[in-house]
Amino acid sequence: MLRIVAIALGAALVLLLGLPLLSLVLRVSPGELLDRVRQPLILEALRLSLVTSLAATVTVVALGLPVAYALNMADFRGKHALEVLIDLPMVLPPTVAGVALLTAFGRTGLAGQALALFGVSLPFTTLGVIVAQAFVAAPFFVGAARAGFAEVDRKYLDAAASLRAAPGTAFLRVLVPLAAPSLLAGAAMSWARALGEFGATITFAGNMPGVTQTMPLAVYLALQSDVEAAIVLSVLLLAVSLTVLVCIRLAPSRLPGRARRAPR
Amino acid sequence: MLDALLGKRRGEFQLDVAFQAEPGTTTVLVGESGAGKTSVLRLVAGLDRLDRGHVTVGAQQYADAGRNLHRPAWERDIGYVPQDYALFPHLSVFDNVAFGPRASGMPRHRITSAVTEALTLVGIPELARRRPHELSGGQQQRAALARALALQPAVLLLDEPLSSLDLQTRRALRVELRALLVRLPCLTLYVTHNPVEALVLSDQIVVLDEGRVAQAGTREELLRYPRTPFVAELVGTNLFVGRPVTTDGPEPTIRTPEGLVEISEVAGPGAAYLTVSPREITLSLRPPDGSAQNVFAGNVVEMVPEPPGGERVRVVLNSRPTLVAEVTREAISALSLADGAWVYAAFKATGVHRYA
Repeated sequence: MLRIVAIALGAALVLLLGLPLLSLVLRVSPGELLDRVRQPLILEALRLSLVTSLAATVTVVALGLPVAYALNMADFRGKHALEVLIDLPMVLPPTVAGVALLTAFGRTGLAGQALALFGVSLPFTTLGVIVAQAFVAAPFFVGAARAGFAEVDRKYLDAAASLRAAPGTAFLRVLVPLAAPSLLAGAAMSWARALGEFGATITFAGNMPGVTQTMPLAVYLALQSDVEAAIVLSVLLLAVSLTVLVCIRLAPSRLPGRARRAPR
Repeated sequence: MLDALLGKRRGEFQLDVAFQAEPGTTTVLVGESGAGKTSVLRLVAGLDRLDRGHVTVGAQQYADAGRNLHRPAWERDIGYVPQDYALFPHLSVFDNVAFGPRASGMPRHRITSAVTEALTLVGIPELARRRPHELSGGQQQRAALARALALQPAVLLLDEPLSSLDLQTRRALRVELRALLVRLPCLTLYVTHNPVEALVLSDQIVVLDEGRVAQAGTREELLRYPRTPFVAELVGTNLFVGRPVTTDGPEPTIRTPEGLVEISEVAGPGAAYLTVSPREITLSLRPPDGSAQNVFAGNVVEMVPEPPGGERVRVVLNSRPTLVAEVTREAISALSLADGAWVYAAFKATGVHRYA
C-alpha cells in the first residue's frame, strides 16, 4: 500500500516537472522555430542575453575564485558571515535583489552617487543587466568552486610547495587544473542562472529592447501580444538549460585530474 | 650539514627529535608507524611549523622557533618525495619533473635538459610523455624521485619510497636506490619502517620510538650495541639492561629488572648492556640442566621462518623480557612446538655479549 502511494507521489512530481516542458516543445515545429528565431526582436534579445550572461559569468568566475579559495584554505573572523552573504542571493527573491541593487547603485544610492562622479550609471543600462545577473549567479559558482577545491587532496599542494611553488603558483598550476571539472560545472550553472535572470534585471535595469531586454524579459513581454513568439523563445531557453545540465553531467569524466584508465 | 632539533605537539602526540647529518650521506629514520617519522620530514621540508627547535642546512637557517623564523617550503632547497608520490595527475611525467624548474624560474632552454637529466638519472627517460596513471608503481616512484631531484636540492627527503611496491620490485629498487643515493651529492633523509631497508641503505640510522630518538648511530653500532629493547628488536637480537651484582668472583652476575643474568667476562661497575644472539638460545619443554646457566620461560607467541621459507625459524616468547630464539626446523619438530606452548629458553654465560 505504502509502495503504491510512493509511486503515485513520484509520478505526480514527474508529471509536474515534465508535462509543462513536454507541452512547450510540442507546440512548436522545428521549421517554425527556425523562422521565428530570425525575427529581429528575438535575435536582438538573444544577442543581448548571450553577451550579458557571458560577461556576468566571467565576472563571477574572476571574483569568485579568490573568495572560494580563501573560504576553503583560511580561517578568519567573519568567515561564517561571508558564507551567509554569498549564499543569500540563492534564496533571496530576485525582485528584492533588484530593489537592493537600485538602492545601492541608483541615482541617490550610496555607490550610485560615487559612480556618477566617474560618469558611470548602472540602472537601466546593459552594464546594470550584467551586475544584476552576476549578483544572482555568484553563489552557484562559489559553491561549486569550494566543493571542487575541497576535493583536491592537500598532498598535491604540499608537493607543489616542496617544488618551489609559492601559493599563487600552486593555485594556478595545481589547484585550479585539478578542480577544473567543478569549476567548469560551477561556471556553467552560473551562466545558466544568469541567462534565465528575470526579476532582478527588470527591477534594476528595466525592459528596453536592445539595451536591457534579455530573453526572459522578451518572453514575458511577448506573452502579452504574441503568444507564439513567447513559446519559441521559451523553447530556445529550455534547450540551452537542458544542454548546460547534460554537459555538466558528462563533463567530469572527460577532464584531467580524475583517476581514470588510459584509453587503449 | 643538516642540524635538526624538532619539537612539535599534535594532540596527544609529542615529537622531540634531534639529529645531524652530513652532505653526501644517507640517514635512515626508522621506526614503527606513529613513531613520528613523517612528522620529521614535514618539519624539515617546512610543510609544518616547529613548536620548538630549529632546522639549519649549511649556512641557511630554515626555521628557528625561538626567533619565530619559518621559511616556507617553497623557499627551502629541499626535495621531498611523499609516501604516495603525489605525482600531479593532470601533468605528463615530463611536466611533473619540469614543475620545480618552472616554478623556480629556470630559463626555458635549460628546463628540457634538466628534466631529461633527472629522468635519465632514475632510468626512465623513455616515459616522459606518459601520464602518472599510465605508470606502474615502480615507475611512479622513479618519476617522483626525478621530480624531486630536478632542482638538485641540498637535502632529499624520501618517505617510505618503497613501501607501496610489491616485494620483487622493492628488492630490485632497494639496490638501485642505494647506488643512486651514494652517487648523489645531496644529503638524504630516508624514512622507513623496514629494518632491512635501514641496514642496507644507511650511512647513519636514527631509530625513532614514540616521537623520540631511541638510538642513533651507524649500522654496525646499532647491530652490535643496541641501547633499547626497541632497537634490539629492530636489529633482531635480545637485550638485557642492568647493573653488576658482584664485580669480582669467578662468575660475574648482572641484575636486571627481569632477573639475574650470568656472564663470562668480568663486569666493570655501572650500567651493563647485554645482548644474546637468537642463535645462542636453546629451547626445551622441561627446565634444562647442564651448562646453560641462564634460563627464562614463556609461551610461544610467534614462529617466523627465517629467511622466509628458509631452514631456520625465529621463535618469539612472551617471557620477561620478550626473547627471540632462532632454531632449526628439525628442533621445532623434535619439540613439536606450537603457538602457545610453554617452553624454557636457555643460554650460556659465554653466549652473552656485554658492553657498557
